[in-house]
Amino acid sequence: MSFLSHLISGISLGSIYAIIALGYTMVYGIAKMLNFAHGDVIMVGAYACFFIASRYELPVVLGVLVAMLVCTLLGVIIERLAYKPLRSASSLAVLITAIGMSYFLQNAAQLMWTSNPKVFRSVVGDKSLKLFGGQLSISAIAIVTVATCIVIMLGLTWFTGRTKMGKAMRACSEDKGAAQLMGINVNATISMTFAIGSALAAIAGVLLCSMYPTLMPTTGSMPGIKAFTAAVFGGIGSIPGAMLGGILLGIIEIFGKAYVSTQLSDAIVFVVLIVILLVKPAGLLGKQVQEKV
Amino acid sequence: MLKMQKSTRKTVSTYALVIVAFVVVQGLAMSGNISATLRGQLVPICAYVVMAISLNLTVGVLGELSLGHASFMSVGAFSGVVACISLQNMIAFGPVRLVVGMVIGALCAGIAGFLIGVPVLRLNGDYLAIVTLAFGEIIKNLITCLCVGVDSRGLRFSFLTSADALKLEEGGRVIINGPMGIAGIPKLSTFTTGFVLVLVTLFIVMNLVKSRSGRAIMAIRDNRIAAESVGIPITKYKLMAFVTSAALAGAAGTLYAMNFSTIVATKFNFNTSILILVYVVLGGLGNIRGSVIAATVITILPEMLRGFNDYRMLVYAIVLIIVMLTTNNARFKTILSRLIPSKKATGEGRQP
Repeated sequence: MSFLSHLISGISLGSIYAIIALGYTMVYGIAKMLNFAHGDVIMVGAYACFFIASRYELPVVLGVLVAMLVCTLLGVIIERLAYKPLRSASSLAVLITAIGMSYFLQNAAQLMWTSNPKVFRSVVGDKSLKLFGGQLSISAIAIVTVATCIVIMLGLTWFTGRTKMGKAMRACSEDKGAAQLMGINVNATISMTFAIGSALAAIAGVLLCSMYPTLMPTTGSMPGIKAFTAAVFGGIGSIPGAMLGGILLGIIEIFGKAYVSTQLSDAIVFVVLIVILLVKPAGLLGKQVQEKV
Repeated sequence: MLKMQKSTRKTVSTYALVIVAFVVVQGLAMSGNISATLRGQLVPICAYVVMAISLNLTVGVLGELSLGHASFMSVGAFSGVVACISLQNMIAFGPVRLVVGMVIGALCAGIAGFLIGVPVLRLNGDYLAIVTLAFGEIIKNLITCLCVGVDSRGLRFSFLTSADALKLEEGGRVIINGPMGIAGIPKLSTFTTGFVLVLVTLFIVMNLVKSRSGRAIMAIRDNRIAAESVGIPITKYKLMAFVTSAALAGAAGTLYAMNFSTIVATKFNFNTSILILVYVVLGGLGNIRGSVIAATVITILPEMLRGFNDYRMLVYAIVLIIVMLTTNNARFKTILSRLIPSKKATGEGRQP
């Protein structure tokens, strides 16, 4: 039974990583940049929901919606101010700017909300589902997380596959120049990608803090790094890859904590990542691009 | 001085810059014109300068993004300090002990660099970056779980247990105590030793870059396939640059650790790696002198921003973003080159 319960908590933690990883992978696919500030957008989303739902005791749904709105705006503004002027610059310059943005968000949060940890009240309460005569208990937040993850996955697959905007996104990630020639507004498409990624980050932030209820200005950074790893693990730029990578990473982390050592769980996650990348250098579902000579 | 080649002139001016800076700061320190906080920063500045130069070898000269450079610093710091403490009775003279510690730190970091480099350097681009990040986290985790002690029988190791498992004899001493790190480090680092290490690093890196191997490394950066097709062994030269870079970072780690009384593994985390990368990028990729200047200025910057009090880290972030935007935006660059036409003409700025 303990195996099953570890598996379930692994899947639900992995679902959060997957939602964050989607933001990384979509932005990477279209803008070819590593958005290091993504982890801190999660933190901002969690704070927004915290103030609405816990401080002012307004309905939770409103909190989640406000968090999504705040993060979407934040993502678009960050893109417009910091990344858009660097569209033609080297990728390393954009990377450093993203790191600067991440520092900025963390320090701004620290000034506004202090570094004291806040206790985040779970958005679904602490109910849990008891199975097998109480031997196996699944917390409500785990169920909600996995369900949200599945909904987001299906929604995004539909969006990128069927809608006009989604097709524009895929076109931009394949070849920006050709997409522009076909009449696609590349800048608007990139902004849209940031908006979707950041809205997902807000959901991830709320779910993450419902599961681990301490909220600090640095809350987002470690899950951010792990989700980024998950995106690479599954093949960066691929949406199903981010999903698979996130969930596998969550399961490995929880199993590592439960069966090997709590101190070494992060090391185990990264060892698995390295082994996978050495065997499949483009990630699990990534496309191996042949280099043209 | 008049009829030197441009590259030679650049090398000489870099050495001159470092030496003049050392003499001026040492003079100010002697006459007591430096604030206490800045004096405490002198050795870390030297360590960061060495870190920046060595990372520039990987990122600027070899052209591979590394996000785990602090882990080599960590390996160097811990092995170097263990060496210095356990050799306490054998070598009484402090500076010699520090040099031995640095050599051991550099060796251990070099070995770590080799072990990591062999599998990692097969990958390219962002995948290589994420694997170096992963190795950085792994090394941080492993050192957190490590206990090392010394007694009359020599060094004792234990892993994933407490320091009691070392079973030290009477009079033995625990050096690395798991998550608590190392406490009671003798303060052997001085500004002078830091300065000497910077000079040695400059000498090694500049000579490597100018040598036949250096040209091979840069050829790999510019076009891997072309380099391979003219018969340059890719892996060998990539490893050469990577291991040299790691070993120098190890020496810098020892220097850094011997400046503080306690040191923990979590100090050398992802943020530290990123900080060093920021020095390299702001100083200019492949530009050694730029790294030296950027590392110094950025380390002092929070100190200079003290007037902003609580806002200084925020201002630091904004300065970082603005500098990146202004130096990399195409439109701004053309305006800048029109204002300062001589800069483009003489080919100063960044080395290709």
